[in-house]
Amino acid sequence: MATDILMPALSPTMEEGKLAKWLKKEGDAVKSGDILAEIETDKATMEVEAIDEGVLAKILVPDGTENVAVNTPIAIIAAEGEDVSEAAAGGGKPKSNGQAAPEAEKAPAEAKSSEDAPKAPAAPATVTSKASEPVTDEFPADTPMASMTVREALRDAMAEEMRKNESVFVMGEEVAEYQGAYKITQGLLQEFGARRVVDTPITEHGFAGIAVGAAFSGLRPICEFMTFNFAMQAIDHIINSAAKTLYMSGGQLGCPIVFRGPNGAAARVGAQHSHDYSAWYSNVPGLKVVAPYTAADAKGLLKAAIRDPNPVIFLENEILYGQSFPVPQLDDFVLPIGKAKVHRPGKDVTLVSFSIGMTYALKAAQALAEEGIEAEVIDLRTLRPMDSATIVESVKKTGRCVTVEEGFPQSGIGAEIVARLMADAFDYLDAPVLRVTGKDVPMPYAANLEKLALPSVAEVIEAAKAVCYK
Amino acid sequence: MAAGRNARKAASKADAPEHKPAPNIPQFTKDEDLHAYREMLLIRRFEEKAGQLYGMGLIGGFCHLYIGQEAVVVGLQMASTDGDQVITGYRDHGHMLACGMDAKGVMAELTGRQGGYSRGKGGSMHMFSREKQFFGGHGIVGAQVSLGTGLAFADAYTKNGKVSFTYMGDGAANQGQVYESFNMAALWKLPVVYVIENNRYAMGTSVARASAQTDFSKRGLSFGIPGEQVDGMDVRTVREAAIRAVEHARSGQGPYILEMQTYRYRGHSMSDPAKYRSKDEVSKMRDEHDPIEMVRKRLIEAHGVSEADLKAKDAEIREIVNESADFATNDPEPDPKELWTDILLEARA
Repeated sequence: MATDILMPALSPTMEEGKLAKWLKKEGDAVKSGDILAEIETDKATMEVEAIDEGVLAKILVPDGTENVAVNTPIAIIAAEGEDVSEAAAGGGKPKSNGQAAPEAEKAPAEAKSSEDAPKAPAAPATVTSKASEPVTDEFPADTPMASMTVREALRDAMAEEMRKNESVFVMGEEVAEYQGAYKITQGLLQEFGARRVVDTPITEHGFAGIAVGAAFSGLRPICEFMTFNFAMQAIDHIINSAAKTLYMSGGQLGCPIVFRGPNGAAARVGAQHSHDYSAWYSNVPGLKVVAPYTAADAKGLLKAAIRDPNPVIFLENEILYGQSFPVPQLDDFVLPIGKAKVHRPGKDVTLVSFSIGMTYALKAAQALAEEGIEAEVIDLRTLRPMDSATIVESVKKTGRCVTVEEGFPQSGIGAEIVARLMADAFDYLDAPVLRVTGKDVPMPYAANLEKLALPSVAEVIEAAKAVCYK
Repeated sequence: MAAGRNARKAASKADAPEHKPAPNIPQFTKDEDLHAYREMLLIRRFEEKAGQLYGMGLIGGFCHLYIGQEAVVVGLQMASTDGDQVITGYRDHGHMLACGMDAKGVMAELTGRQGGYSRGKGGSMHMFSREKQFFGGHGIVGAQVSLGTGLAFADAYTKNGKVSFTYMGDGAANQGQVYESFNMAALWKLPVVYVIENNRYAMGTSVARASAQTDFSKRGLSFGIPGEQVDGMDVRTVREAAIRAVEHARSGQGPYILEMQTYRYRGHSMSDPAKYRSKDEVSKMRDEHDPIEMVRKRLIEAHGVSEADLKAKDAEIREIVNESADFATNDPEPDPKELWTDILLEARA
């Protein structure tokens, strides 16, 4: 059976090229791997290799021909034992001969005009926003509560999940013998041993990759970064390995892992130790991003994150570690990822925040109340998937909104909320949405400058009044 | 991408070392040679077909062919046990076939069709098979080394007796995370065999132009990881070294490095005109050290297999490859709804 040799493409963008030189002539025997010809484009010269055995029966496009279109038959190879002249006469037409040639025309073509352009199907509701009831009560009213720091809540969440599931382990710098750089893993080594509480060398890129590989294998790593600033060394594995593999594997290979640690500014630690990465991670499909404020949320959401079959970025805050909150005393207190909470109800203006930003928002709400403005304070708790429904519901009521975060303004969480409100609540807004953010500068060290770089309660009050036209 | 990057080509050509076969070559039985022949030929023919489909515009993006390096993965797999994991970089088609993944599914992924291993959403560099314990297919050079060390971490954690075969090229071997991984693998005695496929060129840059230490078997020395240089063109020496490495790793002694001295006949990717090396260098390797020709010759001369029998085997493999190409050409593209699937798994209540 004769086979046509087609003009090959050197790249997906090549449409035509020059047939520079034939290295075999008609009548030559060829075998797989033999170089038949050289072709040229404006960028490169390439060799055309034979992949079939036989005799070069006929050359259809001679040396030196310019502008030969990709997929044009350039020669005919007669199969072993086949009559060469017959093959030469019969080939060269764009016919199917068991090879895939004509199908190339059916290959996915670029759209020629905007009318032809295929439209992406609408995103399923769960991907953009989750319709949800405003969350206020997440446990029975008569549940006994205990005062607990965020630090203790995080520790208990890990310990409880490690007791439940042998596959859960913690790894990171100083998590075991030192008891955690911020004492979040205190006592875990004593309870679970060195197999499950693993001290690593200072080598974020490497151990993040190892943790992701272990998660591919079915374990459930909790990968602690001493701070998320250092996770920059590991961001390739967080984004390219952990977040994308489920999609790239067509759903075969999930990555049940929690990356956790303190995020954002602490106090006087300078620009390299103060970056708030909330917006960065929330930009990436394939990740869930959680940033709790209270100890109860920290506990319930960390337990949910550890059980989640997806990579979860769990952004803690160093300054919140030591703060105490009431935590429900339940055997298994788990909160759903992806639901915001109305932390303080109000009717005049919506303040949306998360993590340590909540401290500014709540203090501002208190002060505003004294001036007769009732602010509704929403704690996002999860940044991705973002619960826009809760924000929209609140804005329908208040008509005004201010976002509060310590991160930078450009492309920040506040910017995202503004965009969503424009799309989903434009008709309900009585004023432009304002953002209160960290200033657009690397974090300074000097005490006064650092204070200026961070948002303040006064700025939140001012913004809230501005949107209320007061 | 590679076009035009041909600076200092004269130096790289002059630096190209002679390929030296190993002095004491272990022998294969007839069955072993037949097996190796079939496995390597399947990869060769598959890759040639992939190159052809790329030339026809059916395969898009990047396409890195394994032609010339077949003995490495086939010899390694001959020393592995069911359940051992394999992970590699972007030149991954050969590894998938050697792991027993279906040629149709691999080819259909190359053409971006719904029947591909990743349902058309991964492409040439991103395919996986949990069933065959193949963990990809990774496009970021060196990332698979930490990930493969993590597979070994899980093996040690669960004490399942398995070994992680973690492949990288001579280019990846210069990445920082490789040494972070070496350190932890040695520190924790993880069951991992690091296979450095030294095909002499990281894209267009020769080993001599990129590496201060060109003996890759020594790259683990400061961590106490044993290593050896292996003739990666001879499937017998590959398997022999692999047996030693696997035994070391499986018995709890920690990682092992195998530098496989091999050669890729084709460019780095399909769009690489390979100006950084001479045609003579390529044809010399092909003519004198081709891993498949060596086995073919042995089968005829030492094992008494007839030309006719080999032709029948060749035809059988061509049939598998042609079927895979037909499937990959005619299988539909993924449903547009697939755009939104496989981003997150449902969390159990």
